[in-house]
Amino acid sequence: MFKVSLNNSAAVSARSTSAQTVVAPRSVKDLRLGESGTICCLKDPEMALKLLEMGCIPGTQVRLNSRAPLGCPITLVVGETADYTLSLRVSEAATILLKE
Amino acid sequence: MSSAGIRIAPAGAAASAATLEATGAASRGLTRIALIGNPNSGKTSLFNQLTGLNQKVGNFPGVTVDRKTGVSQLTPHHRAEIIDLPGTYSLYPKSLDEKVITDLLYDRASAQYPDFVVVTADASNLRRNLLLFTQLADLGLPLVLALNMMDVAAQHGINIDLDALQQELGVPVIPMNARKGIGVAALKIVMAQQLDAGTNRFYEPDETLLPMLRQIRYYFNLHNDYLALHYAHQFRHISFLSADDKAYIGELVAKYNFEPTARQAQETIDRYNRINELLLDAVSVTRTEKAEPYSNRLDRVLTHRVWGYLIFLLILFLLFQAVFSWASYPMELIDQGVAWINSLIQSNFNGPLISLLTEGVLAGLGGVLIFIPQIALLFAFIAVLEETGYMARVTFMMDRIMRKFGLNGKSVVPLISGMACAVPAIMSARTIENRKDRMITIFVTPLMSCSARIPVYTVLIGLVVPDQPVLGVFNLRGVALMGLYLLGFVSAVGSAWVLKLFMKTKERSYFIMEFPVYRWPRWKNVGLTIVEKVKAFVFQAGKVIVAISVILWVLASYGPGNALEQAEQRARTSATAQRMSEAEVESHIASEKLESSYAGQFGHLIEPAIRPLGFDWKIGISLLTSFAAREVFVGTMSTIYSVGQDANELTVQQKLAAEKGPDGQPFFTPARAGSLLVFYVFAMQCMSTLATTYRETKGWTWPLLQLFYMSGLAYLASLLVYQVLK
Repeated sequence: MFKVSLNNSAAVSARSTSAQTVVAPRSVKDLRLGESGTICCLKDPEMALKLLEMGCIPGTQVRLNSRAPLGCPITLVVGETADYTLSLRVSEAATILLKE
Repeated sequence: MSSAGIRIAPAGAAASAATLEATGAASRGLTRIALIGNPNSGKTSLFNQLTGLNQKVGNFPGVTVDRKTGVSQLTPHHRAEIIDLPGTYSLYPKSLDEKVITDLLYDRASAQYPDFVVVTADASNLRRNLLLFTQLADLGLPLVLALNMMDVAAQHGINIDLDALQQELGVPVIPMNARKGIGVAALKIVMAQQLDAGTNRFYEPDETLLPMLRQIRYYFNLHNDYLALHYAHQFRHISFLSADDKAYIGELVAKYNFEPTARQAQETIDRYNRINELLLDAVSVTRTEKAEPYSNRLDRVLTHRVWGYLIFLLILFLLFQAVFSWASYPMELIDQGVAWINSLIQSNFNGPLISLLTEGVLAGLGGVLIFIPQIALLFAFIAVLEETGYMARVTFMMDRIMRKFGLNGKSVVPLISGMACAVPAIMSARTIENRKDRMITIFVTPLMSCSARIPVYTVLIGLVVPDQPVLGVFNLRGVALMGLYLLGFVSAVGSAWVLKLFMKTKERSYFIMEFPVYRWPRWKNVGLTIVEKVKAFVFQAGKVIVAISVILWVLASYGPGNALEQAEQRARTSATAQRMSEAEVESHIASEKLESSYAGQFGHLIEPAIRPLGFDWKIGISLLTSFAAREVFVGTMSTIYSVGQDANELTVQQKLAAEKGPDGQPFFTPARAGSLLVFYVFAMQCMSTLATTYRETKGWTWPLLQLFYMSGLAYLASLLVYQVLK
């Protein structure tokens, strides 16, 4: 269920960027204020390690809680029972892909 | 698995032996306990509760991270040494700070290896907090779980079955509220017992990895497979492994085609699954349909696009007010106190040693002590802002802006504090985890115009800028002063941007962080923070400041051969000729002596170099002496230009205005004063700052870079100003 790259992270991230321009799966970046989504997978393998440790596990529900006045960073509420709030940059949020 | 349990028995026995000895003799071998937990899990509160004022800050060997230890009286006969480790979310370090944890826990042979570990966890957010716990358990360490913030969990409707949890985790679980000290007594009793490692394991390395892990494990004589897995992941960064050891693991990792990123990601997911399972039995949530959390409602105002910034400005204003005006009263007292002691000594004793003591050591010491009120107040403010969770909002609002210049949302605090004093400002840069961002912040902070530049600015602006209104409301002098502050700010941000282009780092810059809820500050933590920062400043930076003050004193009080005696005689002769009053004679002698001293020689020596900036040897001396601290400039100028001892700024100004150049025109032309002003905006003339940078970066590279960069910048800017305006 979890797809992160394996050997060649550069190739994988290059592939996923090009995939994004074609298919454009929704990421946390695309959530509207107050909207929830369920994490499907994490695109950037290295960033994924940090996000996973912070509890952004595939299958977890996240809600876009607020945006900073200049649009970046954003805050996310993690977990169905609103366990805690994370703040992260939009570029980091873009690596968290959502289930359709 | 049971084999792993047996394997760790010797270590457990050793720990218990240490415990028994400590109980018996109370003197030999303190039990060593490490405190580990997620950020915001109340670890600092617990550390403060356990150790109180018995804390000291040292260094971890070879790394740039503070090592905070303290002694705790667990029972009347049993004391333990507590090591406070940096907050972390997992045992895979992301920052240099976090690396000290793995360095400590991977090396069982180390003298620093803890007898057991107290893990703090936020009970209201148990799932994520248990990730670190399960990793520590799998390393085979004896553990105690301090289940903190039970009150918050209760508010959230989270019910924790402690017996079930203890059963699932296999270690003692102590419910606590460290803020209020609830549970500390129970924790101390458990900590005083002999503890063995639990036998519950939460994650097994994949079977396909075993051939590789076993080779690592037997080669290094490790006690379990999971530790071997960590060696495979992190061998490049383990400080105690030799190059051969690293090469050995490197070969194995390549041979077995080990994929660290994917393995680590999978481990984290597996652990979360396991934690979810065990929490099913131990934790139930009675969903309370409660109103929106107060934190969110507060944020709607405090991070609002208009109100957010306005309130931030208001808080800044208050902070400035505190550091500039409230601190001035105790600073004056300290100043007077040092002066009083000085005059007391001087009026009762005499001789070169006494003047070394008073003008060198005590003057230097006064220069250190004078900063204490500002440091204490600034850190009181910052500690309260951190404790309440407001600082996370400031970094949140400013990150986008600061990132454009190679800085970080967290750089805002040091930059702002730098307008009061660069010394505490540089110390406050510690909150920035990313090393590159932190170094850039430390590097550019002294460019912000600090309060010590104010006397220099006022004297020189008063000298050349006419006192006339601009646009009806502003005063031209005020506008000039603001211009100098702006110049400092622009150069700080610009330098950061330039530095960003040159600095390379392997560490990635993350902004992924927990956004804490608003809380009332814990005053005990605030107080201990102030004590810690003041102590660090006085004992670490203070040593260097006093040393340099003494050197400066020697340079200004001695000259080659009998140059000083000759100078005094010359001065007396010319004084009698000019029929000066006694005070005038004294200051005339002082000025002549200073010119003949080593410092005066230095002024003459560097004159050719500073002449293009419009400076003469007298200003050269002032530049040298203001290296001790910028405000010394005014005092030195008043000595050199032989103003009487009771001179105030006005007379310095008049004296400077009266100074004539060789052509008979006023020496301080707008070009010359402008050049000098710009020089003071940029130049690194503060040994306290250099000493602090040295302390904070743990090396001379950064302070020296700062010194040369800022001095170079000052030189070029002054050259430009003088040559253009001349």
